[in-house]
Amino acid sequence: MKNDLEEIEIQLLLEGIYQYYGFDFRNYARSSLHRRIRKILADENLPYISDLQARILHDPACLQRFLLGITVNVTSMFRDPSFFLAFRQRVVPLLRTYPYVRIWHAGCSQGQEVYSMAILLQEEGIYDRCRIYATDANETVLKQAENAIYPLELMQQYTQLYLQAGGKQSFSEYYTAAYGNAILRHSLKQNIIFSQHNLATDRSFNEFHVILCRNVLIYFNADLQKHVHYLFHESLCMLGILALGRQESLRLSPFQSHYEPIANREKIYRRLH
Amino acid sequence: MPQLIVIGTSLGGLTALPVLLQTLSPALSTPIAIVQHRHRDSRSGLLDFLQPYTTLSLREVEDKDPIQPRTIYLAPADYHLLVESHQFALSIDEPVSFARPSIDVLFETAAESFGKEAIGVILTGANQDGAQGAATLKAQGGTVIIQDPTTAESPIMPAAVQANTSVDWVLPLTQIGSCLNHLCLATRKSRSS
Repeated sequence: MKNDLEEIEIQLLLEGIYQYYGFDFRNYARSSLHRRIRKILADENLPYISDLQARILHDPACLQRFLLGITVNVTSMFRDPSFFLAFRQRVVPLLRTYPYVRIWHAGCSQGQEVYSMAILLQEEGIYDRCRIYATDANETVLKQAENAIYPLELMQQYTQLYLQAGGKQSFSEYYTAAYGNAILRHSLKQNIIFSQHNLATDRSFNEFHVILCRNVLIYFNADLQKHVHYLFHESLCMLGILALGRQESLRLSPFQSHYEPIANREKIYRRLH
Repeated sequence: MPQLIVIGTSLGGLTALPVLLQTLSPALSTPIAIVQHRHRDSRSGLLDFLQPYTTLSLREVEDKDPIQPRTIYLAPADYHLLVESHQFALSIDEPVSFARPSIDVLFETAAESFGKEAIGVILTGANQDGAQGAATLKAQGGTVIIQDPTTAESPIMPAAVQANTSVDWVLPLTQIGSCLNHLCLATRKSRSS
């Protein structure tokens, strides 16, 4: 019974946020959403979700904390190094044939994987003709991504992943250490455009040669996943590349038959029609 | 009648899981989900390692996989595995008690979806992940089985559950499989008769 009541309270909360602020979480996958809302409830020191609803609707600062709590994913540079290796070996040769490459990194979170891609493209000598559009629904996270500052203690792990991903330099060349932080080299940023985009509510904004959306769709239910696959299909040029997370697939996409796998295990696909 | 068996293990699990899988009846149709703590980079290694020990189908979970009978599901490395009514979901939320996948996350969401129709099993392990989840599972009416800490390669994990929860069964590893067979198959027989 408690769970039924909780579900009702969550539905009312999400509906309220959508109607008042326009942020649409109504089609987020329920299990993660419930956990995250419960954590926010504990952080806000409130007994009921209905109390949280009142606070969010009347206090925009609380909304900001909620948005952060609901949307932040914890990833790393070169997460799944074999993906980046496959991208280097199978996708980069295709990209070399274009005079100009537009890449959309949808749901870039704090930017770790965007900079990983920038490093990869730089090492392959094609970064100059690439433009990466890195988007996320959350403004705070985007600012963190734009800052390109990460805890220094993570660099050892990132270095290992970088090497497994086929890195060609010394990873330490890509950052400067200062006050316990690693500040990424400025040249990595030069062709990245950070902007806010909400996959649930915003429309297509360009045509791309590559769309990367890794471990974002896992947070959406089947309906919203379908919606986003429409958006991707519409935004991808003919023979464009779609890259999903390691445990995601096109199974829930209405366009499954429109793609062929390029690296099946790494979930890299090419749009055929 | 049990709808889902969830199993959590850490250090020593690679020795314990083959023993457990070999003692499961081939007639067992109840789906099983396993969290084995492992390195974030390990890919399908665990699946290849475990497959020879079972005739049930073994699969690393992909996002929104429906929960099917006669299937053993493995939590993929570096993702949380969550039960969402009759399907699985994955997340890359922050690690819980330093673990991703987290046993607590699997057990708590299994408890929410299946309550008394869930069975939780905690095997050998050198940390306390699972203690919270097993308590939740029990509180929701589920059944909790632990490997007898005195016989576990690493007793910390099952002992932490025992300290927190009044567990239903404390068994040596070699008897856990037959206990599961009994709980899942006996109920079915009595139903059909």
